[in-house]
Amino acid sequence: MNKKLQALIGAGAMAVSAMAMSAAQAAETIKVGVLHSLSGTMAISETTLKDTVLMLVDDLNKNGGLLGKEVEAVVVDPASDWPLFAEKARELIEQEQVDVVFGCWTSVSRKSVLPVFEELNSMLFYPVQYEGEESSRNVFYTGAAPNQQAIPAVDYLMSEDGGSAERIVLLGTDYVYPRTTNKILRSYLNGKGISDEDIMENYTPFGHSDWQSIVADVKAFASAGKKTAVVSTINGDANVPFYKELANQGIKAEDIPVVAFSVGEEELAGIDTAPLVGHLAAWNYFQSVESDANAAFIEKWHAFIGDESRVTNDPMEATYIGFNMWKQAVEQAGTTDVDAVRQAMYGQEVANLTGGTAVMNTNHHLSKPVLIGEVQDNGQFDIVWETEGTVVGDAWSDFLPESAKLTADWTYPWVCGNCEKPMY
Amino acid sequence: MRNDMFSMLRRSPHCLQQARKSGSRLGAVLACLLIFFMAVPDMAMAYSDEELRNVAERLDAKSSTQKIEVIEEMAADGDPRVAPILRAMLEGDLYVRESDEHVVITRKQGKVYTHIDIVSGEEIGESGSKEISKIKVNNRLRGVLRDALATLNLFSPDLTTRTNAVEQIMDARDPAMLPLLLRAIDREEDETLLARMELARATMALAAGETTEERLAAIEVLSSETTPQIRAVLYQFVASAEAGGFEPEVIAAANDALESVEGRLSTWQTVGDVYRGISLGSVLLLAAVGLAITFGVMGVINMAHGEMIMIGAYTTFMVQQALGSFLPSGSAWSLAISVPAAFLVAGAVGVVIERSVIRFLYGRPLETLLATWGVSLVLQQAIRTIFGATNQQVTAPDFMSGAIEFSTGLVLTYNRLWIILFSIIVVAGIAAVLRYTAFGLQMRAVTQNRRMAGSVGIRTGYVDALTFGLGSGIAGIAGVALSQISNVSPNLGQTYIIDSFMVVVFGGVGNLWGTVLGAFSLGIVNKFLEPVAGAVLAKIFVLIALILFIQKRPKGLFALKGRAVEA
Repeated sequence: MNKKLQALIGAGAMAVSAMAMSAAQAAETIKVGVLHSLSGTMAISETTLKDTVLMLVDDLNKNGGLLGKEVEAVVVDPASDWPLFAEKARELIEQEQVDVVFGCWTSVSRKSVLPVFEELNSMLFYPVQYEGEESSRNVFYTGAAPNQQAIPAVDYLMSEDGGSAERIVLLGTDYVYPRTTNKILRSYLNGKGISDEDIMENYTPFGHSDWQSIVADVKAFASAGKKTAVVSTINGDANVPFYKELANQGIKAEDIPVVAFSVGEEELAGIDTAPLVGHLAAWNYFQSVESDANAAFIEKWHAFIGDESRVTNDPMEATYIGFNMWKQAVEQAGTTDVDAVRQAMYGQEVANLTGGTAVMNTNHHLSKPVLIGEVQDNGQFDIVWETEGTVVGDAWSDFLPESAKLTADWTYPWVCGNCEKPMY
Repeated sequence: MRNDMFSMLRRSPHCLQQARKSGSRLGAVLACLLIFFMAVPDMAMAYSDEELRNVAERLDAKSSTQKIEVIEEMAADGDPRVAPILRAMLEGDLYVRESDEHVVITRKQGKVYTHIDIVSGEEIGESGSKEISKIKVNNRLRGVLRDALATLNLFSPDLTTRTNAVEQIMDARDPAMLPLLLRAIDREEDETLLARMELARATMALAAGETTEERLAAIEVLSSETTPQIRAVLYQFVASAEAGGFEPEVIAAANDALESVEGRLSTWQTVGDVYRGISLGSVLLLAAVGLAITFGVMGVINMAHGEMIMIGAYTTFMVQQALGSFLPSGSAWSLAISVPAAFLVAGAVGVVIERSVIRFLYGRPLETLLATWGVSLVLQQAIRTIFGATNQQVTAPDFMSGAIEFSTGLVLTYNRLWIILFSIIVVAGIAAVLRYTAFGLQMRAVTQNRRMAGSVGIRTGYVDALTFGLGSGIAGIAGVALSQISNVSPNLGQTYIIDSFMVVVFGGVGNLWGTVLGAFSLGIVNKFLEPVAGAVLAKIFVLIALILFIQKRPKGLFALKGRAVEA
């Protein structure tokens, strides 16, 4: 608690001192903006990412900084309030003059800041899995696109090892990410021979806590003689009462497995996972991955946060990859100028934490491996399935007719995020 | 010996036919095994120690398919030492020891794993987690393991084990298990279990039965049941009936049976909806009942009411933390201690707010609204600064986990049942205080006619403070209950403030029974709308309906009559 408080105060102090600095002094440091909610319903997930960026900045400075300059993190709190994200983004870019921003979790917050970044031509690294259907010149998406998470997860559920599901329940929080992901999934499932009557879709508000009816409905839906599985795009702290209700109503993973796209080690840290063993999550990284890079990362994280019980998760890895790529691109470009760094980003390679290499593609998405893990009774995941090699992130889904024909490619001759033919 | 047995199995033509027909390897092996048992009744089969070790080592195969083959082979062997191995594997306690590649069952205590030999069942040492590697299981393997254990347990001397085995077999519905089940039926003496076994037989005989009569009889048995399981069986049969080439009368009978089962299940569905409505209603009631006093009786528009609930929830968290570190043996009592603690803490905060802010604003509703809203923001930020922005984990005691499950699919979770009971006790308590105590009398006197009450010697200021404290304290108690079902975060109060005002306004300001009725009716309406309209729309519909209702009856369900309201 004290440590966290110190970190907060430290971050606040940094922000204040940053404001006090004159423009001349600003040239001596490279400023990195951190735009994550530190309060409100998303704080449970986003606070960790703020700490991750602070740790990476700290590490970079210990190793001599960047281009011979000190790197400085500017932290703001958009408080899980979507319009406030846009205001804070503008504050970071215009007043603080940051060179790059790491931030956002929910897609609504990203959609909210997007016009700001495009107008002011700044650069955002977005570290969370999302619904795709977007490619902005000013955003690098280091989380998974649907074809790097949702589609493989559903494939797994329908495979023999995953339980040969024939009926799918799509549960989600009511906003753009779950709705778009489920639209893609529905169209994909229809293509796989699962008809609409075998798909149940349900949305709940942020922070929903009364899951009795919905869990009972899922049980009733599952008793129609076909093997049923649940795909959950429930976000934020609504997951805690949801999993509690699943456990209380005695739903076993063998009968109705739940695969979640927004539940990782951090979200499970608050719950007794013994009744949840066997439920699944699809990510590009798990803390339980065995690799030297991961072991080193976990050790560094524990040392930085001062708490051995803190976990690591997928968006942290995405932040790690994004930060290192940006660092390499800046070193290559020799400047923090947004346009130059962007050019240097394409084809940039850094080691990921699962023992492979992440590559930045020209559609601003990464190539990543896809892993499916089962919840264990210690709150960690046991990897039960993984792709061979990496999957290239696809900005525009091939399973929606209107977006299948679109291409995102920010290099010549395309130079476009949503075109049917090249610009030049 | 074992080779002989397998060659004998292979030679049995009926057995092979069965294997081909059923498509399930486990079932086929078991069926063959049964025939073998019948032919050579007295021959005990068992692995030698060496064989058991070898076969268990093969459990650590790479693919699930290979593992399943080994599991089925082991289950078919009938060695009594197999069941503990499979159970350990199911529970994730089966490991391979790195030192000698032997498979061991482990028992975990803290960070130490005690190894148990699979052959002798004796403890053979211990280690940390580094020296052993787990034999991984996934959901598919867990299903196979449960089925295999069920068949092994079908002849167990323990009744509960047998009952569980029958339930598992009914879930699996593998027709190839039928011969084994028939044999168990012959030997079973317990009446209740026998009925379940007959039911399990019927679920299998439906598709696997030989004659029309057999199928019709099976449908007859099934149609009198009211469980989602049986509905699933019938659904499955009806869906495959056309392709399966079953007789028309069988299909018609199955359709009729399905319809009658569905009819009865939908009645139970309604019962479930009503229950969940009552449960939501009890949560609304708990959240609103404190407000019924501060807003309903005193007329203070208290926007900080939600924060009193939050303070109650955080008090619960602190009590649990304190008990956890100072008196671990008493943690079972944490909730019982939290209730008075939360009442006192939230009540004290309430008294302070009343004395420092609200008492200067009586009769000025707009200023009160703004001032209390400001107070609510201050309290939220204070909690955020002290405890951090992230949620705090309040653990549920054992008696609040789990559920009562009825075979009809109705599930009553214990935490919700306790909250319903708790809300009734709280309301009864408040009603008693208002009705039977001197303080209650003074409180009613002050709110009905302040000047008259003052004239007869009641210290009105003192009563105001205590009344506000009572309302806030009760909100604190609600926080204890709500900490069990929602997240304990600084925003907890905001989730409930709108609902609380809705309930009090709907029920009729100043009327406790109106609040009770308002809470339960809003809860039930919400839960009936939710499956149809979804959680988001259901809330909107309820809000619109409430606005229309207030247009028609501005004073709510039960309007107070008389001069008191106007005063």
